[in-house]
Amino acid sequence: MSKSRLPARHQIERTTRFCTWRWTPVHYSLLFYLSPEDFAARADPEKGKTFLGAFLPYMRALRDAGVLVARAGLQPPETATTLRQQGDKRLVQDGPYAETKEQLGGLFVIDVPDLDTALEWAARYPGKIVEVRPNVKPVE
Amino acid sequence: MAAHGDPRQARGLAADGGAPPVDRPLPPHAGGRGRPAADEAQRVAGAGAALPDERLKLLFICAHPAIDTAVRTPLLLQTVLGLDAARIASAFLVKPATMGQRLSRAKAKIRDAGIRFELPDAAELRPRLDAVLEAVYAAYGAGWDDAAGADPRRKDLAAEAIELGRLLRRLMPGEPEAQGLLALMLHCEARRNARRSAAGAYIPLSDQDPARWSRPMIQEAEQLLAEAAQGRRPGRFQLEAAIQSVHAQRAVTGATDWEAVALLYEGLVRTAPTIGALVGRAAAVAEAYAPRRGWALLEEIPAEAVERYQPYWAVAAHLLTRLGRPGEAAAAYDRAIGLSQDPAVREYLGRHRAS
Repeated sequence: MSKSRLPARHQIERTTRFCTWRWTPVHYSLLFYLSPEDFAARADPEKGKTFLGAFLPYMRALRDAGVLVARAGLQPPETATTLRQQGDKRLVQDGPYAETKEQLGGLFVIDVPDLDTALEWAARYPGKIVEVRPNVKPVE
Repeated sequence: MAAHGDPRQARGLAADGGAPPVDRPLPPHAGGRGRPAADEAQRVAGAGAALPDERLKLLFICAHPAIDTAVRTPLLLQTVLGLDAARIASAFLVKPATMGQRLSRAKAKIRDAGIRFELPDAAELRPRLDAVLEAVYAAYGAGWDDAAGADPRRKDLAAEAIELGRLLRRLMPGEPEAQGLLALMLHCEARRNARRSAAGAYIPLSDQDPARWSRPMIQEAEQLLAEAAQGRRPGRFQLEAAIQSVHAQRAVTGATDWEAVALLYEGLVRTAPTIGALVGRAAAVAEAYAPRRGWALLEEIPAEAVERYQPYWAVAAHLLTRLGRPGEAAAAYDRAIGLSQDPAVREYLGRHRAS
């Protein structure tokens, strides 16, 4: 939650106290995709420093601007296990669900007012591929 | 530092390499005064926007006060230069489908609001011209940021913005600000090749080799600025061009007259107090007088205005280093790196943070 927008939120809650409508934040997810080389570089003690040298400032900028809601970095796709329900059969497989060259490497959930601002943050991501998606509003 | 002379709100872009429709033959019929603008926009754009005065009217329609500021530049790129929505979306960092909708909505607004296809009256011309110049400069800014980057086609949008600037200057020869804008864009463009080393590393203005600047472009810009000065109506774009002119003098004198730069920024802050001008003034004052004085000016800028403004943090990092405050400098470097969209700039700042 951005500090600068807090008063507005309180104001909305106060003025709408008698309404059924409630303030719900729209979050955006920045899903970053990494190549096998990127995953390898991230795990390598020496190359990992270069990777983090670009990545940590980006994460701190997100945090310091007050937009970072959640984050997760994922281990490489070969560590994945995929479960599938086919009719009444359950299938457990090694590896990720989709066999693409680039794989999901992690994600940030950010709280920004609109997609344009989310894209602005995505453009600062120091990697090659990042997908931006609005999150569905939380059910409760 | 990064703030000097970089067109603000600069962004990456894609290009289709199409030549701007500037010097095509005249269409068989000319537009009458007072026709609904949307029809005219459609017709003129379809005809390759060939009649110079029609293009001028289009420029003024795209920058009409009824049109949302954010969509003015995309609209003129589409209607005057015929760029497609997808390319414009990449340049302005907007989802292509959204950009398509915004352009359609703006055109519907022109139609529904009954905006006439005509030039504004003399009394209204000046403020409307400012909006037109602003929109053209934003087009140049969109073509600037990673212009020297990996994609050679990316040159095109900046080139097309300059083409628009030439058109404006030709159609409004007595307007010093139109001359100033063109001079500004040419000064920036003259340095395009000097902004990257052979290996692709970012080179800030103060470290650039003047031998790699384009002399013909600098000469043209200087001439425009001299012409503009004869109008005796200084303005924001003339001031910004004059700042770039001082930097360009280094090619001749071998040194930058930072006092002159600081003085011009002072004028700019009084004419157009944008965040970019405030940060530029702080950087120039630090170079001309003392880092302490520049830092004091930086500190005056409200924190919420620079939360996401990369040049502020780059200048702050530089000044804090010079003031012998390494801890704060490192934090400012991190912030500047985290806010950079350009990998070469990130790499440059990372190197300075470490040293």
